[in-house]
Amino acid sequence: MASGALLRGNATAGTRRPRRSRLRAWLYLLPALVVYAGFAIYSAAGTVWFSFLDWDGVAPPTWAGLANYTRVLTEPLLAGAILNGLVLIVFFSLIPIAVGLLLTGLLLGRVRTGMTFFRTVFFLPQVLPLVAVGITWRWLYSDDGMINRALETVGLGAITHAWLGDYHFALIALGLIGTWCMSGLCMVLFMSGAQRIDPSLHEAAAIDGAGPLRRFRYVTLPGLRREVGIAAVITTIAALASFDLVFVTTNGGPAGQTNVPALLVYRLAFNEGTIGGASALAVVLTLIVIVLVSAIRLLTREAK
Amino acid sequence: MNRSAMTTALRYGLLSTLAVLVLAPFVGIALASVHPAGGQVGAFSLPEQWSWSNFALAWESGNFGRLMWSSAVIAVFVVPLTVCFAALAGYALSILGVWGGKGISLAFVLGLTLPVELLVIALYFNLREVGLTNSYTGVILAEIALFLPFGVYWMQSHFASVPRELVEAARVDGARDHTVLTRVLLPISWPAITTLAVLVFMWSWNQFLLVLVMMQDPDLRTAPTGLGLFVGQYGTDIPLLSAASLIVIAPIVVVYLLFQRSFVNGLTQGAVKA
Repeated sequence: MASGALLRGNATAGTRRPRRSRLRAWLYLLPALVVYAGFAIYSAAGTVWFSFLDWDGVAPPTWAGLANYTRVLTEPLLAGAILNGLVLIVFFSLIPIAVGLLLTGLLLGRVRTGMTFFRTVFFLPQVLPLVAVGITWRWLYSDDGMINRALETVGLGAITHAWLGDYHFALIALGLIGTWCMSGLCMVLFMSGAQRIDPSLHEAAAIDGAGPLRRFRYVTLPGLRREVGIAAVITTIAALASFDLVFVTTNGGPAGQTNVPALLVYRLAFNEGTIGGASALAVVLTLIVIVLVSAIRLLTREAK
Repeated sequence: MNRSAMTTALRYGLLSTLAVLVLAPFVGIALASVHPAGGQVGAFSLPEQWSWSNFALAWESGNFGRLMWSSAVIAVFVVPLTVCFAALAGYALSILGVWGGKGISLAFVLGLTLPVELLVIALYFNLREVGLTNSYTGVILAEIALFLPFGVYWMQSHFASVPRELVEAARVDGARDHTVLTRVLLPISWPAITTLAVLVFMWSWNQFLLVLVMMQDPDLRTAPTGLGLFVGQYGTDIPLLSAASLIVIAPIVVVYLLFQRSFVNGLTQGAVKA
């Protein structure tokens, strides 16, 4: 096969390849690019376009300028939903990361036997359709559900509630479902990250007289920087874009206390026919996601 | 007991407590689903008489035969097509190198952060215009577009991690582009492809908002979407709802248990590489 090599000459270096084969490489890219551009990019751009229109989906649209955006930022219903989305970040992202770090600190990656089993269990909530998770928790939170029974058992019968129907607690109750879903993911991420940290670092710190707390603070935590960043990105997106869970548990109620952006996007666009407003809300939501994700990336970037 | 045995016991005690917290809700609905339909269900109570009829009842009244069929049809097209397109594009971007490849990679990565909410509004009206709402084709193509950013990125970084010499050696032997892909790269890429396939299957099976919007016809909806609307109808019948939830959960749990390593690797490494 030496002739093949001769014919191709230095093209084998891969960096300087003939123009024709570079064009042919585009053919490999084409199917993915066409579907992605046609259905994702084109749609995203379409929604941005709609956000400047006043349109009910039937009659011809009229230009609205920035009116839809003013509405999103000033109307209490819409701005409130965005605030609720931000509150959910605490429960979907901050608490699970804290829980994950705490457990990683306590376990320090030293569990070997049976870890596959625990990992499988902790990851389970990540895999299930959120609709089913929501139905399950609706029942757990109900008047005579497991949560209230448990509270009665430990003598807290006085504080039992129909949690998801309570004006003050509904959003927190909803958020805690997210905590339940996301903690396992954070924990598995951090534990696998902690196992990568060179054990000699821990030993060196121990010799220098650092106790477990300081070792966690100065060895484990910096070593998990990247994993914390990833967990924060995944869970923040899940919090801001959550729809399924809210749709089956509270559907925004009681009295709009658990309205989230995605729910209103759906309702405005497909039930109430205010497509401009729904689009503007979706665009604002996307911008918030992009800003927060970039901020997290920047903060958790590994020092070079 | 010495100190290290104590700490080991504490560690496992902690892990077990958490495992119980994760599993308790499922034990709860599994028990609820065997209670007589329509009755009150206490937490963790064993039914006086076990009744399996809820599953049959839920299957019938929720039309889950149709719903599962829709879910299966969509997944059967979405999974192989996504994997195939992603592998081809990943190959072009990482090994072949195309003009403007950096920008295209970036465009796909950007797609990782775009929420479905942004796409779904215009997607619905665009597809309505060309008659692709209420159609499997529309949902299948939309889902492929939705999962391609991760897929392309995953295959691209996988191919980039393959030793360069392998590809060069095949080229020296006169292998053409498609031969390098099918004879050299794919045979050593099955773990990465399996991982991508199971993740795409999961995302396709669990996809809710997109299907809710695109499929107005109840017969064409997928299992989770049907379940979401089933709640509205039978909101208070806990045994029936529990049985319906278990029906919808079952396929994904089976796939998860069979491929749990792929799931965990995909969701953790997939993100770590980013």
